[in-house]
Amino acid sequence: MNYRGIQSIYAFEMGRTLRTIGQSIASPVISTVLYFIVFGAAMGSRIQTMDGVPYGAFIVPGLIMLTVLGQSVSNASFGIYFPRFTGTIYEILSAPLSFIEIVLGYVGAAASKSVIIGTIVLITAAFFVPLHIAHPLWMIFFLVMTSVTFSLMGFIIGIWADGFEKLQLIPLLIITPLTFLGGSFYSVKMLPPFWYKVSLVNPVVYLISGFRWSFYEQGDVSLVTSVTMIGVFTVAALGIIAWIFRTGYRLRK
Amino acid sequence: MQSTAIEITGLHKTYENGFQALAGIDLEIKRGEIFALLGPNGAGKTTLIGAICGIVQPSAGKILVCGHDNVTDYRAARMSIGLVPQELATDAFESVWNTVSFSRGLFGKPRNPAYIEELLKKLSLWDKKDEQIRRLSGGMKRRVMIAKALSHEPDILFLDEPTAGVDVELRKSMWAQVRALQETGVTVILTTHYIEEAEEMANRIGVINKGRLVITETKDALMKKMGKRQMVFVLREPLASLPSVPDYTLALEEGGNKLIYTYNAHQDDHDISDLLEKLSAQNIRPREIESRQSSLEDIFIQLIG
Repeated sequence: MNYRGIQSIYAFEMGRTLRTIGQSIASPVISTVLYFIVFGAAMGSRIQTMDGVPYGAFIVPGLIMLTVLGQSVSNASFGIYFPRFTGTIYEILSAPLSFIEIVLGYVGAAASKSVIIGTIVLITAAFFVPLHIAHPLWMIFFLVMTSVTFSLMGFIIGIWADGFEKLQLIPLLIITPLTFLGGSFYSVKMLPPFWYKVSLVNPVVYLISGFRWSFYEQGDVSLVTSVTMIGVFTVAALGIIAWIFRTGYRLRK
Repeated sequence: MQSTAIEITGLHKTYENGFQALAGIDLEIKRGEIFALLGPNGAGKTTLIGAICGIVQPSAGKILVCGHDNVTDYRAARMSIGLVPQELATDAFESVWNTVSFSRGLFGKPRNPAYIEELLKKLSLWDKKDEQIRRLSGGMKRRVMIAKALSHEPDILFLDEPTAGVDVELRKSMWAQVRALQETGVTVILTTHYIEEAEEMANRIGVINKGRLVITETKDALMKKMGKRQMVFVLREPLASLPSVPDYTLALEEGGNKLIYTYNAHQDDHDISDLLEKLSAQNIRPREIESRQSSLEDIFIQLIG
């Protein structure tokens, strides 16, 4: 294992984040505050409790997920797309690094950033609603696994994309709808049976459900299902990345 | 220690669009030599380097780098290689020091600030070490890329068109640096289409065209084999027509003021005194005699025709 190589990529990527630390943190914090003002304070006061949880508190896990998913995908996709774009990827490809090591470096850094931002959103939320975290370790587990899974997905997008437009397109066309329809602001159980069934093919449902369970012991699906599905997504993403490196898809000519 | 730096057998590469970039390359590069890969644009130079360094996936063939297969034992193979690609690709916002240290880390080498300092000083980059790369000139960026390639102390250095778009001054200093590297035991493989560069630098030259190595020879042998010599007779009075002297290839230049005799340097069938006698019999008397040697450029054109 080339640990120094992994560490170099990781430190390089984290350094890139630190250079723009202001915007990295400001934007998720501001949008969280906005969501709380609109959904928590303004509309939430008219909404009954959701499964016994006040609406303002109910949306906290969903809001964190919303930010974490978006950040993971955009960080990881940009992290690997940018060296492809500038041409500096030659160095990564010609270095004695296995695909696992490259992924650990890039995805590890993107996921770390997501976890940090998720934590910042959580702290911000604590100013608006009384927070109760029933299972802190599970909460951390879901936060980390979601960051990792979606950073892997972002990594795939960053390799697939052949222009900045495509880099933005997937998050806009797929990730955002999946998060909004994944139960960030509502329980998917509230949907008509047909749409509830449709929702179950949305991976984000399992993430948000599990994450919300760790807060309030209530989820749309069972904990076991959530954990299993996250495992399935992670393995699928790793499988795709393994295929990418074996065939050289868009990386090696 | 292995005496062969790189050994390539039966290397083929056909791109997805059907373009055959390499059509069966067999090549052996010895340790410590400067090998120049010479060829026109699109000949396959960059593809060949890419295949050795792990950036291009070959369609067929085997590559050994210091005895290590570059697919099955890619870590050891790549550890020995430093690559400076043709295009200037740098992380614009990073400092020189950070980017070079990053490269060393990628190759799994422990930090060694003293070595990096020495390297940057050697490449005249030391006073720019904290500068962002985007603020550097093109020539400096090129040197940063060389520093990155050397950061992990490789045995073999690839320079893909190192002096493309570099002014004469800088080119000369780069040549000096490459020679200094060779003295420290580094094998250097450079591609170029500046023939003077190959002639100036290389111990051996491989001429590549349309994905095939047309010839691989030491520079001197290549010059000897392919090198034509010319004897130029500057005449007292211009000649109106070419004199007929059997067995000698003659031509007129500059309105008949110069008579040119072309012969092959490595053949023994030429006899200048005999020619002079024959010319003098026709009352042709040269005022001066010059001799010319064909450059690699002429050889090159002859080879790839």
